[in-house]
Amino acid sequence: MLSRVADSLYWMSRYFERADHCARVLEANYNLMLNPSKLSTEERWQRIMTSLGIPASADGIDPQIAMNELTSDPENESSIVSCIAESRENAGQVREQISSEMWERLNRLYHHVTGANSKPETDSDPLRLLAAVREGSYQFHGVTDATMNHGEGWQFIQLGKYMERCCALPVLLDAYFSAAGDADDLDWVGLLASCAAFESYCKVYTADLKPDSMAEFLVLNPEFPYSVRYGVERISAAIAAISETSFTHATSRIERIAGRLRSSLAYVQIGEIMTGGLHRYLNSVIEQCNSLHAAVHVVYIDYPIPSALGA
Amino acid sequence: MPAQSADRPMPAPFSEYEIDAAYDEMFRSRGRPRPQYRNLYSHLLNLPSEELHRSKREADLSFFNQGITFTVYGRAEGTEQIFPHDLLPRIVTSSEWAVIERGLTQRITALNLFLADVYHEGRILKDRIIPGEIIYTCKHFRRQMHGVKVPRGVYVSVVGTDLIRLPDGRFVVLEDNLRVPSGVSYMLTSRKVMKQIFPTLFRKCGVRPIEQYSQALLSTLRSLAPEGRSTIVLLTPGIYNSAYFEHAFLARQMGIELVEGRDLVVHDNTVYMRTTSGLQRVDVIYRRVDDDFVDPLAFRADSSLGVAGLFNAYRAGNVVLANALGTGVADDKAIYSYVPKIIRYYLGEDPIVENVETLLMTERAQRQQVCDNMEKYVVKAVGESGGYGMLIGPHSSREQQAEFREKILADPRNYIAQPTLTLSTAPCFMNGRIEPRHVDLRPYVLYGEKITMVPGGLTRVALRKGSLVVNSSQGGGSKDTWVLQN
Repeated sequence: MLSRVADSLYWMSRYFERADHCARVLEANYNLMLNPSKLSTEERWQRIMTSLGIPASADGIDPQIAMNELTSDPENESSIVSCIAESRENAGQVREQISSEMWERLNRLYHHVTGANSKPETDSDPLRLLAAVREGSYQFHGVTDATMNHGEGWQFIQLGKYMERCCALPVLLDAYFSAAGDADDLDWVGLLASCAAFESYCKVYTADLKPDSMAEFLVLNPEFPYSVRYGVERISAAIAAISETSFTHATSRIERIAGRLRSSLAYVQIGEIMTGGLHRYLNSVIEQCNSLHAAVHVVYIDYPIPSALGA
Repeated sequence: MPAQSADRPMPAPFSEYEIDAAYDEMFRSRGRPRPQYRNLYSHLLNLPSEELHRSKREADLSFFNQGITFTVYGRAEGTEQIFPHDLLPRIVTSSEWAVIERGLTQRITALNLFLADVYHEGRILKDRIIPGEIIYTCKHFRRQMHGVKVPRGVYVSVVGTDLIRLPDGRFVVLEDNLRVPSGVSYMLTSRKVMKQIFPTLFRKCGVRPIEQYSQALLSTLRSLAPEGRSTIVLLTPGIYNSAYFEHAFLARQMGIELVEGRDLVVHDNTVYMRTTSGLQRVDVIYRRVDDDFVDPLAFRADSSLGVAGLFNAYRAGNVVLANALGTGVADDKAIYSYVPKIIRYYLGEDPIVENVETLLMTERAQRQQVCDNMEKYVVKAVGESGGYGMLIGPHSSREQQAEFREKILADPRNYIAQPTLTLSTAPCFMNGRIEPRHVDLRPYVLYGEKITMVPGGLTRVALRKGSLVVNSSQGGGSKDTWVLQN
């Protein structure tokens, strides 16, 4: 497969996941904001920003403006609209490599979110947009799995999706757990809802919202799609499949990083993580994901010419 | 059959069908279809009128779903449009086709010898058959190609020649497209759609197949590859190019990679493509990028579509480009007027398919003739294609004529003129009726180890009543072309 094509598929998928994640976090919090809390509205918005990895601004936050910036502001490169536009732009570059159903879903979602007026008229407009993104995302993922060959290209799509998820989840978790002392049950519900995890969590731990249990669930659960461990397992699987289909032999570094990351999640208990500091642990996950991303890029996409020629 | 007789009345779907001075593909005269059209004629007479509408809708939907579109330049961000398609086939008899096939084979053979000569000894210039300055002032002449050896001596591997039919029924060549001719994907997709719509008619008529085009193109490209090496790619300018659909279509049909300039690297005069399995050597490039843009080091430095160093790799014989560079010198509209001489010079034969009379604006007398009678001529810029940069005398205003007169006087080498020709007409399903529209015919010729033509081509239609412009960028459409078995 052409490196450019693999790269476009990877970024199509990463940007799509980024939009999806942002929509889920906003939707969960927007609902909760309707309830009173000991945190001020501004403090709660501050946490939303932090949990999406957006640096805190010195000026105060106006909820209306913040919501707009994060959803439909094309000037803001991390807004949902911008991420979907980027995803579509990448898909457009490789339109004949993805199925026409995938293109159609993505295109439809793009027109939906860009067509929605950037100045929402009523309170419920942003909510509708967020719901549409979530719907669109489930459809896109379903159609991707159902209509595309699960070959190398599909594996790059998986890699992009879970790489993005494993980079975003630790940031979200860190934002909540670093202020765990002040959090009430409602805040924790917000965290779980941000990961579409509330029902799944309750099935394992009942509705007993203990920070350690939630950390265990969202970091270490091997079966829940929005846990860090699940994501890393999918990344490893995609990397193994890609390395099998391509004939590059320089993959040992990638496999080493992936293997180390994977075992750091598989053979650890939540107690050890909490003792050593969750913040430090999450940061190290992000760092390892970043070096994995860089290693994949340099082996498959942008390798130096002389080394590729064996010179 | 009665001998020559008066016109007959035209039955229902043809009641508005007018036959004028143009050669009509379907009717010899009113009510008298030519033999090759009889099956279609009776099929149409027996069809409930709603049925044609339904078929038209089905066909359009099928084109839409397949995303068969082209881009029109000059409007906001290059608008993408569905390629207009007419439902009724244009039918060519086997004997007519035989002449076209022999004529185009002869023409391509001669033009190819001409290119080899121009870029090597230049005998034809020394023998004063063609004035040297007309070659060297051609904007598509590539001096860098001088002395470069091309595999099998084949410069033009893919040709799309535009033929028109004169009122006397003869096919003549209007234009040779020797650079990066396009449109073949419309020929192939339109056939697929037509088979779904007219299955019985297909069986009855005995239509020769064209589906083997992609395989024929692939073998043509393979035959140019060096012994034992056969990685072939299609080089596209990218998704914003007007023919991107076709590039993706052909690459998929042939099972070869569709690459952009940024996917290729040249190292040590060898071309590679960047894949997830490392660098893979490329042997033949079917390039759909114009000469000017293939290599910023050799040609236009501002090109971002090409590959730096490609020309050196090509000159070193490490990669094959199809078509070769510099072939545009042979489809220049001024050099076109010399093609009959070129055929006689290299082959010692008379042209089987003739040229359209062409006046060179560099010749004083001819220029005077045109400038004094602008309303009678079609004036064309020599290096343009796609119907851009052209004046149709009879349909132009005084201002436009004056403007072109000035352009001609300022740069005579850049213009030629041809008498206004009446293209033949063919029946088209328009506004719920069957009406005649002007058409041309672009068959495709492949040249590798041997010359191959699939029996058919792209029949382009001037959709506007009375219009003679068939280019898709100027409101033209297409219809399927059926070459009959016998």
